Amino acid sequence: MKAIPAKETRKLLFTPIIENNPIALQILGICSALAVTVKMDVTLIMCIALTSVITLSNFFISLIRHYIPDSIRIIVQMTIISSLVIIVDELLKAYAYEASKELSVFVGLIITNCIVMGRAEAYAMKNPPIKSMLDGFGNGLGYSFVLLVVATVREIFGNGTFFGLQVMPESYQVNNFLLLPPSSFIIIGIMIWVIRSFSKSQVEEVENPLKAHTFKPLTVKKEVQSG
Amino acid sequence: MADLLSLFVRTVFIENIALSLFLGMCTFFAISKQVKAAFGLGIAVIVVLTITVPLNNLIYNFVLKEGALSWAGLENTNLKFVGLITYIGVIAAAVQILEMFLDKYVPALYNALGIFLPLITVNCAILGASLFMIEKNYNFSESVVYGFGAGFGWALAIVLLAGIREKLKYSDIPEGLRGLGITFIIVGLMSFGFMSFGGILL
Repeated sequence: MKAIPAKETRKLLFTPIIENNPIALQILGICSALAVTVKMDVTLIMCIALTSVITLSNFFISLIRHYIPDSIRIIVQMTIISSLVIIVDELLKAYAYEASKELSVFVGLIITNCIVMGRAEAYAMKNPPIKSMLDGFGNGLGYSFVLLVVATVREIFGNGTFFGLQVMPESYQVNNFLLLPPSSFIIIGIMIWVIRSFSKSQVEEVENPLKAHTFKPLTVKKEVQSG
Repeated sequence: MADLLSLFVRTVFIENIALSLFLGMCTFFAISKQVKAAFGLGIAVIVVLTITVPLNNLIYNFVLKEGALSWAGLENTNLKFVGLITYIGVIAAAVQILEMFLDKYVPALYNALGIFLPLITVNCAILGASLFMIEKNYNFSESVVYGFGAGFGWALAIVLLAGIREKLKYSDIPEGLRGLGITFIIVGLMSFGFMSFGGILL
Protein backbone atom coordinates (compact mmCIF):
# COMPACT_ATOMS: atom_id res chain seq x y z
CA MET A 1 0.00 0.00 0.00
CA LYS A 2 1.31 3.42 -0.94
CA ALA A 3 1.87 5.98 1.75
CA ILE A 4 -0.47 8.93 1.60
CA PRO A 5 1.24 12.31 1.04
CA ALA A 6 1.21 14.54 4.08
CA LYS A 7 -0.67 17.25 2.24
CA GLU A 8 -3.52 14.95 1.43
CA THR A 9 -3.62 13.65 4.97
CA ARG A 10 -3.94 17.19 6.21
CA LYS A 11 -6.69 17.88 3.73
CA LEU A 12 -8.62 14.77 4.71
CA LEU A 13 -8.32 15.60 8.37
CA PHE A 14 -8.97 19.31 8.46
CA THR A 15 -11.39 20.26 5.69
CA PRO A 16 -14.33 18.73 7.56
CA ILE A 17 -13.72 21.00 10.53
CA ILE A 18 -14.60 24.39 9.06
CA GLU A 19 -14.80 24.27 5.29
CA ASN A 20 -16.98 21.23 4.96
CA ASN A 21 -18.31 20.77 8.44
CA PRO A 22 -20.71 17.83 8.66
CA ILE A 23 -23.15 19.65 10.94
CA ALA A 24 -22.94 23.22 9.71
CA LEU A 25 -22.80 22.54 6.00
CA GLN A 26 -23.86 19.01 5.19
CA ILE A 27 -26.78 18.98 7.71
CA LEU A 28 -25.79 15.60 9.07
CA GLY A 29 -25.83 14.22 12.58
CA ILE A 30 -27.71 17.05 14.18
CA CYS A 31 -29.86 15.01 16.55
CA SER A 32 -27.21 14.20 19.09
CA ALA A 33 -25.59 17.62 18.70
CA LEU A 34 -28.55 19.10 20.49
CA ALA A 35 -29.39 16.75 23.24
CA VAL A 36 -26.02 15.97 24.79
CA THR A 37 -24.42 19.40 24.97
CA VAL A 38 -25.38 20.60 28.45
CA LYS A 39 -22.18 19.55 30.20
CA MET A 40 -18.65 19.40 28.84
CA ASP A 41 -17.65 16.02 30.25
CA VAL A 42 -20.68 14.20 28.83
CA THR A 43 -20.22 15.94 25.50
CA LEU A 44 -16.57 14.97 25.37
CA ILE A 45 -17.43 11.31 25.93
CA MET A 46 -20.05 11.48 23.19
CA CYS A 47 -17.50 13.04 20.81
CA ILE A 48 -14.92 10.36 21.55
CA ALA A 49 -17.55 7.65 21.09
CA LEU A 50 -18.70 9.01 17.75
CA THR A 51 -15.22 9.69 16.44
CA SER A 52 -14.04 6.18 17.24
CA VAL A 53 -17.13 4.61 15.71
CA ILE A 54 -16.89 6.60 12.49
CA THR A 55 -13.14 6.03 12.13
CA LEU A 56 -13.43 2.28 12.62
CA SER A 57 -16.60 1.87 10.59
CA ASN A 58 -15.09 3.72 7.65
CA PHE A 59 -12.02 1.50 7.91
CA PHE A 60 -13.91 -1.81 8.03
CA ILE A 61 -16.46 -0.88 5.39
CA SER A 62 -13.69 0.23 3.09
CA LEU A 63 -11.83 -3.05 3.68
CA ILE A 64 -14.72 -5.13 2.40
CA ARG A 65 -16.06 -2.60 -0.09
CA HIS A 66 -15.38 -4.84 -3.09
CA TYR A 67 -17.35 -7.71 -1.60
CA ILE A 68 -20.50 -5.87 -0.62
CA PRO A 69 -23.32 -6.44 -3.11
CA ASP A 70 -24.79 -3.14 -4.13
CA SER A 71 -28.39 -4.04 -3.37
CA ILE A 72 -27.86 -4.85 0.30
CA ARG A 73 -25.07 -2.43 1.11
CA ILE A 74 -27.11 -0.35 3.55
CA ILE A 75 -27.83 -3.39 5.70
CA VAL A 76 -24.19 -4.51 5.60
CA GLN A 77 -23.02 -1.04 6.59
CA MET A 78 -25.55 -0.91 9.36
CA THR A 79 -24.51 -4.25 10.75
CA ILE A 80 -20.89 -3.13 10.93
CA ILE A 81 -21.80 0.19 12.48
CA SER A 82 -24.18 -1.28 15.02
CA SER A 83 -21.64 -3.89 16.11
CA LEU A 84 -19.15 -1.10 16.75
CA VAL A 85 -21.75 0.93 18.60
CA ILE A 86 -22.62 -2.04 20.80
CA ILE A 87 -18.94 -2.37 21.74
CA VAL A 88 -18.74 1.34 22.58
CA ASP A 89 -21.97 1.15 24.55
CA GLU A 90 -20.82 -1.82 26.61
CA LEU A 91 -17.45 -0.17 27.24
CA LEU A 92 -19.15 2.99 28.47
CA LYS A 93 -21.42 0.99 30.73
CA ALA A 94 -18.39 -0.74 32.20
CA TYR A 95 -16.02 2.20 32.64
CA ALA A 96 -18.10 5.38 32.59
CA TYR A 97 -21.43 4.32 34.02
CA GLU A 98 -22.60 7.77 35.13
CA ALA A 99 -21.95 9.31 31.74
CA SER A 100 -23.60 6.42 29.94
CA LYS A 101 -26.72 6.95 32.08
CA GLU A 102 -26.76 10.59 31.10
CA LEU A 103 -26.26 9.88 27.43
CA SER A 104 -29.09 7.31 27.68
CA VAL A 105 -30.28 6.41 24.21
CA PHE A 106 -27.94 8.73 22.38
CA VAL A 107 -25.07 6.28 22.29
CA GLY A 108 -27.37 3.79 20.58
CA LEU A 109 -28.44 6.48 18.19
CA ILE A 110 -24.91 6.74 16.81
CA ILE A 111 -26.06 3.86 14.59
CA THR A 112 -28.47 6.07 12.77
CA ASN A 113 -26.28 9.13 13.02
CA CYS A 114 -26.27 10.36 9.48
CA ILE A 115 -22.60 11.34 9.58
CA VAL A 116 -21.53 7.74 10.07
CA MET A 117 -23.87 6.39 7.41
CA GLY A 118 -23.16 9.30 5.11
CA ARG A 119 -19.38 8.92 5.21
CA ALA A 120 -19.63 5.16 4.79
CA GLU A 121 -21.82 5.62 1.75
CA ALA A 122 -20.07 8.61 0.21
CA TYR A 123 -16.44 7.92 1.00
CA ALA A 124 -15.61 4.52 2.42
CA MET A 125 -17.38 2.62 -0.36
CA LYS A 126 -15.08 4.22 -2.94
CA ASN A 127 -11.71 4.71 -1.27
CA PRO A 128 -8.94 2.58 0.24
CA PRO A 129 -9.03 1.75 3.97
CA ILE A 130 -6.37 4.10 5.37
CA LYS A 131 -7.71 7.10 3.53
CA SER A 132 -11.24 6.28 4.62
CA MET A 133 -10.06 6.00 8.18
CA LEU A 134 -8.54 9.48 8.01
CA ASP A 135 -11.68 10.82 6.42
CA GLY A 136 -13.76 9.28 9.18
CA PHE A 137 -11.50 10.73 11.83
CA GLY A 138 -11.63 14.17 10.19
CA ASN A 139 -15.40 14.14 10.10
CA GLY A 140 -15.47 12.98 13.69
CA LEU A 141 -13.34 16.01 14.54
CA GLY A 142 -15.67 18.30 12.62
CA TYR A 143 -18.61 16.94 14.57
CA SER A 144 -16.74 17.21 17.86
CA PHE A 145 -15.76 20.81 17.07
CA VAL A 146 -19.38 21.93 16.78
CA LEU A 147 -20.47 19.94 19.81
CA LEU A 148 -17.68 21.20 22.01
CA VAL A 149 -18.27 24.83 21.05
CA VAL A 150 -21.98 24.50 21.80
CA ALA A 151 -21.28 22.72 25.07
CA THR A 152 -18.70 25.33 26.11
CA VAL A 153 -21.13 28.18 25.55
CA ARG A 154 -23.93 26.35 27.30
CA GLU A 155 -21.95 25.24 30.31
CA ILE A 156 -20.08 28.49 30.92
CA PHE A 157 -22.99 30.86 30.48
CA GLY A 158 -25.77 28.52 31.52
CA ASN A 159 -24.18 27.05 34.59
CA GLY A 160 -21.12 29.19 35.28
CA THR A 161 -18.86 26.13 35.23
CA PHE A 162 -16.45 24.45 32.85
CA PHE A 163 -15.87 20.71 33.20
CA GLY A 164 -17.67 21.05 36.52
CA LEU A 165 -15.27 23.72 37.85
CA GLN A 166 -16.58 27.16 38.75
CA VAL A 167 -15.19 29.66 36.23
CA MET A 168 -17.62 32.52 36.43
CA PRO A 169 -17.45 34.85 39.48
CA GLU A 170 -19.94 34.12 42.24
CA SER A 171 -21.91 37.23 41.39
CA TYR A 172 -22.66 35.94 37.88
CA GLN A 173 -26.34 35.31 37.44
CA VAL A 174 -26.61 32.04 35.52
CA ASN A 175 -28.64 32.08 32.35
CA ASN A 176 -30.98 29.14 32.72
CA PHE A 177 -32.24 29.76 29.23
CA LEU A 178 -29.08 28.19 27.90
CA LEU A 179 -29.59 25.02 29.87
CA LEU A 180 -32.83 24.35 28.07
CA PRO A 181 -32.33 22.07 25.07
CA PRO A 182 -33.78 24.41 22.40
CA SER A 183 -31.07 26.98 23.02
CA SER A 184 -28.57 24.70 21.29
CA PHE A 185 -30.50 25.19 18.05
CA ILE A 186 -30.02 28.91 18.35
CA ILE A 187 -26.33 28.57 19.22
CA ILE A 188 -25.74 26.33 16.20
CA GLY A 189 -27.71 28.76 14.02
CA ILE A 190 -25.48 31.62 15.12
CA MET A 191 -22.39 29.47 14.63
CA ILE A 192 -23.44 28.79 11.06
CA TRP A 193 -23.88 32.51 10.59
CA VAL A 194 -20.36 33.17 11.86
CA ILE A 195 -18.80 30.43 9.73
CA ARG A 196 -20.62 31.60 6.65
CA SER A 197 -19.73 35.23 7.09
CA PHE A 198 -16.08 34.18 6.94
CA SER A 199 -16.34 31.76 4.05
CA LYS A 200 -18.82 33.31 1.68
CA SER A 201 -18.87 30.34 -0.66
CA GLN A 202 -21.09 28.50 1.83
CA VAL A 203 -23.88 31.07 1.62
CA GLU A 204 -27.02 29.52 0.22
CA GLU A 205 -28.83 31.13 -2.67
CA VAL A 206 -32.47 31.35 -1.81
CA GLU A 207 -34.91 32.20 -4.54
CA ASN A 208 -37.09 35.02 -3.44
CA PRO A 209 -40.12 35.25 -5.72
CA LEU A 210 -40.71 38.85 -4.73
CA LYS A 211 -37.21 40.05 -5.40
CA ALA A 212 -37.42 39.27 -9.08
CA HIS A 213 -40.13 41.86 -9.48
CA THR A 214 -39.24 44.61 -7.11
CA PHE A 215 -35.47 44.70 -7.05
CA LYS A 216 -32.67 44.67 -9.53
CA PRO A 217 -30.86 41.32 -9.71
CA LEU A 218 -28.77 40.98 -6.61
CA THR A 219 -25.04 41.48 -6.81
CA VAL A 220 -24.45 38.82 -4.24
CA LYS A 221 -23.54 36.24 -6.81
CA LYS A 222 -20.52 38.14 -7.95
CA GLU A 223 -19.21 38.44 -4.43
CA VAL A 224 -19.48 34.73 -4.02
CA GLN A 225 -17.34 34.10 -7.07
CA SER A 226 -14.66 36.58 -6.13
CA GLY A 227 -14.60 35.58 -2.49
CA MET B 1 -58.20 3.66 28.12
CA ALA B 2 -57.74 7.06 29.76
CA ASP B 3 -54.16 6.09 30.44
CA LEU B 4 -53.53 5.40 26.80
CA LEU B 5 -55.16 8.65 25.77
CA SER B 6 -53.01 10.66 28.14
CA LEU B 7 -49.94 8.76 26.92
CA PHE B 8 -50.87 9.77 23.38
CA VAL B 9 -51.28 13.44 24.25
CA ARG B 10 -48.06 13.37 26.24
CA THR B 11 -46.13 11.81 23.36
CA VAL B 12 -47.46 14.23 20.77
CA PHE B 13 -47.13 17.48 22.69
CA ILE B 14 -45.06 17.27 25.83
CA GLU B 15 -42.46 14.81 24.67
CA ASN B 16 -42.64 15.66 21.02
CA ILE B 17 -40.05 13.49 19.38
CA ALA B 18 -38.76 16.19 17.05
CA LEU B 19 -39.03 19.33 19.12
CA SER B 20 -38.38 18.09 22.65
CA LEU B 21 -36.22 15.03 22.12
CA PHE B 22 -34.54 16.21 18.90
CA LEU B 23 -34.71 12.98 16.98
CA GLY B 24 -34.84 12.65 13.23
CA MET B 25 -33.36 16.10 12.85
CA CYS B 26 -31.37 15.41 9.67
CA THR B 27 -34.42 14.62 7.58
CA PHE B 28 -36.34 17.23 9.55
CA PHE B 29 -34.08 19.94 8.15
CA ALA B 30 -33.52 18.43 4.74
CA ILE B 31 -37.09 17.66 3.66
CA SER B 32 -38.96 20.61 5.14
CA LYS B 33 -38.79 23.04 2.26
CA GLN B 34 -42.26 22.26 0.96
CA VAL B 35 -45.40 21.34 2.85
CA LYS B 36 -46.32 18.65 0.36
CA ALA B 37 -43.11 16.69 0.64
CA ALA B 38 -43.07 17.20 4.40
CA PHE B 39 -46.58 15.81 4.66
CA GLY B 40 -45.66 12.70 2.64
CA LEU B 41 -42.65 12.04 4.80
CA GLY B 42 -44.70 12.64 7.93
CA ILE B 43 -47.24 10.00 6.92
CA ALA B 44 -44.46 7.55 6.12
CA VAL B 45 -42.91 8.10 9.55
CA ILE B 46 -46.27 7.54 11.27
CA VAL B 47 -46.79 4.26 9.39
CA VAL B 48 -43.30 2.95 10.03
CA LEU B 49 -43.28 3.93 13.71
CA THR B 50 -46.68 2.39 14.35
CA ILE B 51 -45.36 -0.89 12.97
CA THR B 52 -41.80 -1.03 14.28
CA VAL B 53 -42.24 0.14 17.87
CA PRO B 54 -44.75 -2.61 18.81
CA LEU B 55 -42.68 -5.13 16.86
CA ASN B 56 -39.55 -4.24 18.80
CA ASN B 57 -41.59 -4.31 21.98
CA LEU B 58 -42.60 -7.93 21.29
CA ILE B 59 -39.05 -8.90 20.44
CA TYR B 60 -37.72 -7.26 23.58
CA ASN B 61 -40.29 -8.87 25.85
CA PHE B 62 -40.18 -12.35 24.39
CA VAL B 63 -36.60 -12.75 23.27
CA LEU B 64 -34.13 -10.20 24.59
CA LYS B 65 -35.17 -9.33 28.13
CA GLU B 66 -33.53 -11.07 31.05
CA GLY B 67 -35.34 -14.35 31.54
CA ALA B 68 -37.54 -13.66 28.53
CA LEU B 69 -36.52 -16.91 26.89
CA SER B 70 -37.95 -19.01 29.72
CA TRP B 71 -40.67 -20.22 27.34
CA ALA B 72 -37.90 -21.95 25.40
CA GLY B 73 -36.39 -23.50 28.51
CA LEU B 74 -33.53 -20.99 28.79
CA GLU B 75 -34.07 -19.40 32.19
CA ASN B 76 -30.94 -17.34 32.67
CA THR B 77 -30.23 -15.89 29.28
CA ASN B 78 -29.93 -12.15 28.92
CA LEU B 79 -29.62 -11.05 25.33
CA LYS B 80 -29.90 -7.32 26.01
CA PHE B 81 -26.48 -6.59 24.56
CA VAL B 82 -27.55 -7.52 21.03
CA GLY B 83 -30.51 -5.16 21.40
CA LEU B 84 -29.27 -2.37 19.17
CA ILE B 85 -28.39 -4.58 16.26
CA THR B 86 -31.72 -6.40 16.56
CA TYR B 87 -33.82 -3.27 16.60
CA ILE B 88 -32.12 -1.77 13.60
CA GLY B 89 -32.44 -5.10 11.77
CA VAL B 90 -36.15 -5.22 12.57
CA ILE B 91 -36.57 -1.66 11.36
CA ALA B 92 -34.68 -2.24 8.12
CA ALA B 93 -36.62 -5.43 7.45
CA ALA B 94 -39.98 -3.86 8.31
CA VAL B 95 -39.34 -0.93 6.02
CA GLN B 96 -38.31 -3.25 3.20
CA ILE B 97 -41.39 -5.45 3.63
CA LEU B 98 -43.66 -2.45 3.87
CA GLU B 99 -42.17 -1.11 0.66
CA MET B 100 -42.75 -4.35 -1.21
CA PHE B 101 -46.25 -4.71 0.22
CA LEU B 102 -47.24 -1.20 -0.79
CA ASP B 103 -45.71 -1.66 -4.22
CA LYS B 104 -47.87 -4.73 -4.81
CA TYR B 105 -51.17 -3.88 -3.15
CA VAL B 106 -51.43 -0.12 -2.69
CA PRO B 107 -49.56 1.40 -5.62
CA ALA B 108 -51.10 4.83 -5.09
CA LEU B 109 -49.67 5.08 -1.59
CA TYR B 110 -46.42 3.55 -2.79
CA ASN B 111 -46.01 6.27 -5.37
CA ALA B 112 -46.73 8.92 -2.79
CA LEU B 113 -44.34 7.54 -0.17
CA GLY B 114 -41.92 5.73 -2.46
CA ILE B 115 -38.86 7.93 -2.27
CA PHE B 116 -39.23 8.55 1.45
CA LEU B 117 -39.40 4.96 2.64
CA PRO B 118 -35.72 3.98 2.22
CA LEU B 119 -34.73 7.26 3.85
CA ILE B 120 -36.66 6.31 6.92
CA THR B 121 -34.48 3.34 7.85
CA VAL B 122 -31.71 5.71 8.80
CA ASN B 123 -33.96 8.22 10.50
CA CYS B 124 -32.97 8.45 14.14
CA ALA B 125 -36.57 9.08 15.16
CA ILE B 126 -37.47 5.50 14.31
CA LEU B 127 -34.68 3.84 16.26
CA GLY B 128 -34.94 6.49 18.97
CA ALA B 129 -38.62 5.77 19.58
CA SER B 130 -37.86 2.07 19.98
CA LEU B 131 -35.06 2.79 22.41
CA PHE B 132 -37.19 5.18 24.45
CA MET B 133 -40.00 2.63 24.49
CA ILE B 134 -37.62 0.09 26.01
CA GLU B 135 -36.14 2.55 28.46
CA LYS B 136 -39.60 3.46 29.71
CA ASN B 137 -40.69 -0.15 29.88
CA TYR B 138 -43.98 0.16 28.03
CA ASN B 139 -46.24 -2.86 27.60
CA PHE B 140 -47.60 -3.89 24.24
CA SER B 141 -50.71 -1.70 24.04
CA GLU B 142 -48.78 1.28 25.37
CA SER B 143 -46.11 0.71 22.75
CA VAL B 144 -48.69 0.82 19.95
CA VAL B 145 -49.98 4.15 21.24
CA TYR B 146 -46.45 5.41 21.82
CA GLY B 147 -45.36 4.48 18.30
CA PHE B 148 -48.34 6.16 16.71
CA GLY B 149 -48.11 9.21 18.94
CA ALA B 150 -44.40 9.66 18.32
CA GLY B 151 -44.95 9.46 14.56
CA PHE B 152 -47.88 11.85 14.76
CA GLY B 153 -45.86 14.36 16.77
CA TRP B 154 -42.96 14.20 14.34
CA ALA B 155 -45.27 14.63 11.34
CA LEU B 156 -46.97 17.58 13.02
CA ALA B 157 -43.64 19.24 13.70
CA ILE B 158 -42.25 18.81 10.18
CA VAL B 159 -45.45 20.07 8.53
CA LEU B 160 -45.44 23.13 10.80
CA LEU B 161 -41.81 23.84 9.99
CA ALA B 162 -42.39 23.41 6.26
CA GLY B 163 -45.27 25.87 6.47
CA ILE B 164 -43.02 28.44 8.07
CA ARG B 165 -40.22 27.83 5.58
CA GLU B 166 -42.55 28.28 2.63
CA LYS B 167 -43.42 31.74 3.89
CA LEU B 168 -39.80 32.44 4.73
CA LYS B 169 -38.92 32.66 1.05
CA TYR B 170 -40.40 36.12 1.00
CA SER B 171 -38.26 37.59 3.73
CA ASP B 172 -34.94 39.31 3.48
CA ILE B 173 -32.53 37.42 5.70
CA PRO B 174 -28.88 38.35 6.40
CA GLU B 175 -26.63 36.56 3.95
CA GLY B 176 -24.92 34.10 6.24
CA LEU B 177 -28.14 33.05 7.89
CA ARG B 178 -29.97 32.18 4.70
CA GLY B 179 -31.19 28.63 4.38
CA LEU B 180 -29.82 26.47 7.14
CA GLY B 181 -28.93 29.10 9.71
CA ILE B 182 -32.33 30.71 9.98
CA THR B 183 -33.99 27.29 9.95
CA PHE B 184 -32.01 26.31 13.02
CA ILE B 185 -33.12 29.43 14.84
CA ILE B 186 -36.74 28.93 13.84
CA VAL B 187 -36.69 25.34 15.03
CA GLY B 188 -35.18 26.59 18.29
CA LEU B 189 -38.05 29.02 18.76
CA MET B 190 -40.64 26.37 17.82
CA SER B 191 -39.04 24.07 20.30
CA PHE B 192 -39.36 26.71 23.03
CA GLY B 193 -42.99 26.98 22.07
CA PHE B 194 -43.48 23.27 22.52
CA MET B 195 -41.75 23.43 25.90
CA SER B 196 -44.67 25.41 27.21
CA PHE B 197 -46.67 22.18 27.09
CA GLY B 198 -44.20 20.82 29.61
CA GLY B 199 -46.08 21.93 32.68
CA ILE B 200 -49.23 20.05 31.78
CA LEU B 201 -49.92 17.13 34.07
CA LEU B 202 -51.97 14.33 32.66
